[in-house]
Amino acid sequence: MAALRKSPETEADGGSTTLGEEARVIDLASSSVRELNAELHSPTARRYRVLSPRGTHAVAVGIDDDLDVHVEGDVGYYCGGMNQRGRIVVDGMAGPGLGENMMSGSIRVRGDASQSAGATARGGLLVVEGKTSMRCGISMKGVDIVVGGDVGPMSAFMAQAGRLVVCGDAADGLGDSIYEARIYVRGKVGELGADCIEKELRDEHRAELVELLTAAGMTDVAEDAGALGEFRRYGSARTLYHFTSEHAGSY
Amino acid sequence: MCGIVGLHVRDPELYPRLGSLLEAMLAGATERGPDAAGIAVYGDRQRCPEGHSAVSLLGAPADPAADIRRVLPGLSEVTVGRFGATTVITAPVDPDALAAAARTVAPEARVVGIGRDLVVYKDIGNPLELATSYDLASATGWQALAHTRMATESAITPEGSHPFSVGPDQCLVHNGSFSNHATIRRALRHEGIEFDSENDTEVAARFVAACLADGDDLEKSLHRLGEEFDGFYTLLVTTADGFAVVRDEIACKPAIVADHPRWVAMASEFRSLAVLPGLSEATIFEPEPGRVYAWQR
Repeated sequence: MAALRKSPETEADGGSTTLGEEARVIDLASSSVRELNAELHSPTARRYRVLSPRGTHAVAVGIDDDLDVHVEGDVGYYCGGMNQRGRIVVDGMAGPGLGENMMSGSIRVRGDASQSAGATARGGLLVVEGKTSMRCGISMKGVDIVVGGDVGPMSAFMAQAGRLVVCGDAADGLGDSIYEARIYVRGKVGELGADCIEKELRDEHRAELVELLTAAGMTDVAEDAGALGEFRRYGSARTLYHFTSEHAGSY
Repeated sequence: MCGIVGLHVRDPELYPRLGSLLEAMLAGATERGPDAAGIAVYGDRQRCPEGHSAVSLLGAPADPAADIRRVLPGLSEVTVGRFGATTVITAPVDPDALAAAARTVAPEARVVGIGRDLVVYKDIGNPLELATSYDLASATGWQALAHTRMATESAITPEGSHPFSVGPDQCLVHNGSFSNHATIRRALRHEGIEFDSENDTEVAARFVAACLADGDDLEKSLHRLGEEFDGFYTLLVTTADGFAVVRDEIACKPAIVADHPRWVAMASEFRSLAVLPGLSEATIFEPEPGRVYAWQR
């Protein structure tokens, strides 16, 4: 929860409470992604607009500052990777590895995200308003991920800590070899992965779910008791924590 | 890595732009495969006129036209073009007959493409420079694909470049690696199928060609491939009337498809699709693991 408190996500899409500076514009049609990231690593402004990304890789990677970055278009691989404290909004789609190894801050994608969104991420909030493809939250280590649509197969694979909220469906292999992350899914769930089971959704979990949905700006769901009632919780059965040869067929 | 781009055009108004669109897509795949590149073009009547066949060769002699005419008497319209390492021979004759003639006059050369509608080019080097040597920008037609290679399973040679085209008007390109290709190659050799190389992707191309020859359609052939082959793969496979994409059950290798009323495109990465006309109106999705997606002309 500390990560959530540090991340004023409600500001992430417009930054109305930031310093009131003009947003600095960086157009990737004329600037390189290295120039963009160098600027974000030694920022001369608090707010940035990034234009013409057209699927470029590594947009806004390695931010370690209190910045608002608004990317106007589709991004390629690893957007927002290793983010600390930055608030990144992508008005488009995101390629593989969105927010991989994020430490804190927030990333919001207005469209869909490709595979491995939030891979290994340790903190912060990752919001995908559309759907994600495979392995969303693979090896997540503390990040909170909220997906407005569906997630693809093998999501939360080897998830270790953090929360994954899926407002749509989750495909086969959800939570395979999961450790201690908590998963909430509103829609249909395919075949669960090895050692992932459905668990009782108690009041404290409902409160956590409301908090995550609210933080993600999905208040229509968070305030709809009927919708909340459709969510189910999944987590680890904790039978595969330690390798034994008897389990070899289960991995 | 390795990069794949493919474009299947539905709207004939776009046929004249096939090559320029594919070249723009290729630019987005160059970093994924800087070692080598190959392309395949379907339906370019400048490159393979109506009623003619085209055979692509690697290691061909300087001008085999006279020898081809000697082996296939009565043919006046034999053309020979050189595009980097690839020699393309066309003539108004059956594709198999033209390939047999090419093998007779140039036994040291390797046939890397045969078809009535298809022309294949492959070589090693920077993909965009190769696209210039193939004059890709001027290509026209209804379907084309390109592959940029980062070699892993066999050497960087023109023969190891993709596409692998081992049946008439068929092409297969691959991002990934097969782990049981040697076993399957042995089994196919036992059935009398001949191989040109030790390349893993050639085995998949031979397997699909054998399935198609058995009467399977493209979709069924790729399902059968999924049952036999072990490894990582995203494949784009094209035929005289088809365009199909499949990924393995784990789907580590990327693929993204855009389906537009005027065209269907597939690429390893989104940035190759970003150049296409009307992309915002297309349905964009990533192929699900193990599922075959096929389109027919």
